[in-house]
Amino acid sequence: MREVAVIGVGMSEWGELWRKPMRDIFVEAALAAIDDAGVDKIDSMYVGCMTSGLFVGQEHLASMMSDYLGRSGIPATRVESACASGGLAFRLGMIEVGSGVSDVVLVGGVEKMNDVGGDGATYALATAADQEYEVYHGVTFPGLYAMVANEHMARFGTTRQQLAHVAVKNHKHGSMNPRAQYPYEVTVDGVLKSVLVADPLRILDCSPITDGAAAAVICPLEMAKKISKKPLVKVTGSGHSTDSIALHDRHDLSEFAAAKRAAETAYKMAGVGPADIDFAEVHDCFTIAEICVIEALGFVKRGEGGKAAESGLTALGGKIPVNTSGGLKSKGHPVGATGVAQIVELTEQLRGESGKRQVKGARRGLAQNMGGTGGSSVVHILEVA
Amino acid sequence: MFPARYWREMPQRYRLEAGKCKRCGKVCFPPRLVCPKCGNRTFDTVRLADEGVLKTYTVIRVAPSQFTGQSPYAVGIVELDGGVLITTQVVDILLDEIKLGQRVRVEFRRVQEDGSAGIICYGYKCVPAA
Ligand SMILES: [Zn+2]
Repeated sequence: MREVAVIGVGMSEWGELWRKPMRDIFVEAALAAIDDAGVDKIDSMYVGCMTSGLFVGQEHLASMMSDYLGRSGIPATRVESACASGGLAFRLGMIEVGSGVSDVVLVGGVEKMNDVGGDGATYALATAADQEYEVYHGVTFPGLYAMVANEHMARFGTTRQQLAHVAVKNHKHGSMNPRAQYPYEVTVDGVLKSVLVADPLRILDCSPITDGAAAAVICPLEMAKKISKKPLVKVTGSGHSTDSIALHDRHDLSEFAAAKRAAETAYKMAGVGPADIDFAEVHDCFTIAEICVIEALGFVKRGEGGKAAESGLTALGGKIPVNTSGGLKSKGHPVGATGVAQIVELTEQLRGESGKRQVKGARRGLAQNMGGTGGSSVVHILEVA
Repeated sequence: MFPARYWREMPQRYRLEAGKCKRCGKVCFPPRLVCPKCGNRTFDTVRLADEGVLKTYTVIRVAPSQFTGQSPYAVGIVELDGGVLITTQVVDILLDEIKLGQRVRVEFRRVQEDGSAGIICYGYKCVPAA
């Protein structure tokens, strides 16, 4: 396989974008990535999106987006794997470039979630769980992660305060990210006093509802060396794995095995291990998710994820900064866009463009994107070329 | 809830029918066409055990519209005797008296109301075992 480089990245505005249609949100991000890459020609594109059908009543998305991007006619593919749609779109784009089928590929992700209101969003997001054997019984997404949290707390002694520390850390990082939807700091006390959603999770343990898009332009590394004017960033590892989408079908309820397997594949491909990673963007859709994911990625031992944010291990300046962008928690979580936005953060960090939240000497970053309660997971490793 | 889907799922929801793999004995709920453990494709129909242990749970305080009348309510994952795990509401107990690891029994109850014109959906819920 050819080595693949990321030569351009971009994001739309993120937040409650009442005035902007979904197509414009996507095109805004795609144009930013294309301009950043400085390329004219796009051979093919991928669009990660979880459920535009339920959020805005629009499917057939890839053709529509390529048209509104002014590229009608090119092959365009929509990719769905719930909240991992963006990360999986990036992986498929990378495989297309790596295989030699295409040279310059645009990978974008988009979701417009606010139009349907709170109950509509709850319904749409719950389709990532088993409709007939989980959702039927009244469980919500926060409810499923709350059950993961209760199991982790009972088994490993993880504390309610430790969950809060994940939110505090990620909001602190997000306060340094001008693109974050909620760039405000929160306190442990503030998290503990916020409204209960599903015990023990409170509203400040949950990522927000976001409209937004992100995009990246990729090409063969050898081509990037000739055409790119930016510091070169290459993809060295990629992994993807699945699991049952029903949480109850897993005998270990707080181990995200798909994330673990995807990471093992990515580490093997890159020829590195968890200790070689300088910083990471992980799927903190809920505070407990970051705790379980950093265990699955091997950054900490099983059961010790709760201590990481509390001790500063995963904060900027710590041994392994996690979610320097603010994560899903503070930056926002337009579900189909999230996985691509993680690639944007990795690329900018590796280029040294992250301003106040720059990880000093960042050479190798990892992105982990997850669908549902871990029924799918995609991991990428990017390095300075 | 589409009536056709609800009707189709009645054997599982009303009679708790599961599939027991004829080769390795794994019990699958809902029934499957392929055994996830050994790959075999033939099953016997068995009834799920009606008691088990509460592995984890939560209290839903922000509920979907079909459940707002019940909120707050407890939902948990129960490991039934024999090893099958199900997601189910835990009822007939005060919310702050629910304990991880407690024995529960499966009962037949009304689960959700699908709006004023929709169907009323029944199924299993768990109650404390006597
Ligand atoms: Zn079998």
